[in-house]
Amino acid sequence: MARKTLRSPTTEAPLARYALMAAAFLFLALFLILPLVAVFIEAFRKGPGEFFASLGDPDTLAAIRLTLLVAVIAVPLNLVFGVAAAWAIAKFEFKGKAFLTTLIDLPFSVSPVISGLVYVLLFGAGSVLGPWLKSHGIEILFAVPGIVLATVFVTFPFVARELIPLMQEQGTGDEEAALSLGASGWQTFWYVTLPNIKWGLLYGVLLCNARAMGEFGAVSVVSGHIRGLTNTMPLHVEILYNEYNFVAAFAVASLLAALALVTLVVKTALELHYGAEIAAGRKH
Amino acid sequence: MDVSVKNIRKEFDRYPALNDVSLDIRSGELIALLGPSGSGKTTLLRLIAGLETPTLGKIYFGAEDASHRTVQERHVGFVFQHYALFRHMTVADNIAFGLTVRPRGERPPKAEIQRRVGELLEMVQLSGLEKRYPNQLSGGQRQRVALARAMAIEPKVLLLDEPFGALDAKVRKELRRWLREFHDRTGHTTVFVTHDQEEALELADRVVVMSQGAIEQVGSSDDVYDRPNSPFVFSFIGDSASLPVTIADNGVYFENEAIGIAPRNGDITSGNGTLFFRPQDVVLVSDPAAPALEGRVSTSRRLAGTRIADIDVGKPGEPHHVEIEVPLDAQAATGTTLRFRPTRWKTFAA
Repeated sequence: MARKTLRSPTTEAPLARYALMAAAFLFLALFLILPLVAVFIEAFRKGPGEFFASLGDPDTLAAIRLTLLVAVIAVPLNLVFGVAAAWAIAKFEFKGKAFLTTLIDLPFSVSPVISGLVYVLLFGAGSVLGPWLKSHGIEILFAVPGIVLATVFVTFPFVARELIPLMQEQGTGDEEAALSLGASGWQTFWYVTLPNIKWGLLYGVLLCNARAMGEFGAVSVVSGHIRGLTNTMPLHVEILYNEYNFVAAFAVASLLAALALVTLVVKTALELHYGAEIAAGRKH
Repeated sequence: MDVSVKNIRKEFDRYPALNDVSLDIRSGELIALLGPSGSGKTTLLRLIAGLETPTLGKIYFGAEDASHRTVQERHVGFVFQHYALFRHMTVADNIAFGLTVRPRGERPPKAEIQRRVGELLEMVQLSGLEKRYPNQLSGGQRQRVALARAMAIEPKVLLLDEPFGALDAKVRKELRRWLREFHDRTGHTTVFVTHDQEEALELADRVVVMSQGAIEQVGSSDDVYDRPNSPFVFSFIGDSASLPVTIADNGVYFENEAIGIAPRNGDITSGNGTLFFRPQDVVLVSDPAAPALEGRVSTSRRLAGTRIADIDVGKPGEPHHVEIEVPLDAQAATGTTLRFRPTRWKTFAA
């Protein structure tokens, strides 16, 4: 009886607690950890030799290179766009602000396949732009530019979404203080705004990068699946798998999975840091 | 530096926050902008700083029209309500900010900046805290860092937005005295915004009382307290009671009964009006035949050296509630009838 009265009123009975925890862990193990482990087991099924050999395949290396290239272009573009959009939305009042905010979310609400198809309709042979592009020798569809465009489209909400609430909460007080002390607009951005949002920005870039490297649907529509030329890593995994080349497929997949794990670790570390920063901001 | 505000109008989304406001601030003066929230006092301060642009009107710094100067060009020290310290910079870096962002040609050398920061820290009595971050400081310390940061650019005018608003009562009192000394020592033209009348009356050379986007009265603490020029100022500053009265035949009548006072200098001389007086400015009338205000004590309470009586005067159905101070030995128990007369008052046209 005495122990019972000591229990916090919001705490469940021990049995209920353990049952809930067990259910959560079982679910996680079944649906997340097991598949992840399976990816690595399959990749190493024929030993590390075969694993590295399949990664060394020229087509695979080309896919890795293309994925990195796309990320290197798409992520900085979305970084600049995201900061600009968040700045505009959080710090200014203008007509059409609500519309812009909604528009930024569009890629999240549209199926990636549609995002890809939009570019086919826009730049494809049957489109208005198609013949003109063809006559000028500009290749967008089934080439690297199309893949970059589709990736930019799919990933552009990440940075902006991360920054808007952060910048809105911080308000314009610090910027006004900097201006009143004689700082120029650029100095204010560089010395005051940017340091205030740096962790949120890094977080957004990390998520944006993970998605840029992992995007399948939109890229699949516009890529044309030309081996060694327009295959990104996710597309390459699919091709290898369809050819029953399981070891190679899972070897490439394990790289993507490793990327996800690294993202997860960095994200957790950032959250720890970033959370403290925000708490400090509130106290301040 | 003199600052003149001439016929300023400021609209936000067509709604006027300030309407035809003019104010002359003399060099070296300590001025308080006092008013309830929404009176436009912060807007006026931000307009002077250049953080807002006026819809109409001009602002002069000395003889020079500064209306179209940017906030950087105006060279004012602005202390924000919530300090707006740069949280990722140390105290020293915060204070040095205004110097380090100067163009290369005008920027003092590093050692000189360091020396100035040391001086400023000493001035605000925070020496030794230069390596701290803002979130490691108390509210009062942050306030003083914000002040030192604003002073670092050697501003012509110092503007403070609710400088003590976010501090607890004790620190507020200390900093208030400290700011007054600081102002007297440095001699800057200083304007601060407050909604705390005690703060404004105690600290400022002149108080600007604002209401609904307009200036109601400008004057010394004595002026605005003893000689309020509008019903708003009378009721906003200090405690006061008001009654609807009629003035006729050189007498003041409440509900058609003479109350024993006559209109004086500045009072209206006839017609309907409102009588204002302060709780301490009354005298009890013992002669039942003499004209006076009469009311029933609803409650009375002891307040330090005096007794405050809440009195319902007028017809029983619709009494007017007034608060007066009565001597400690007066018979003022609940339910008793008291007769009294204001000794200092003012009437305004209704």
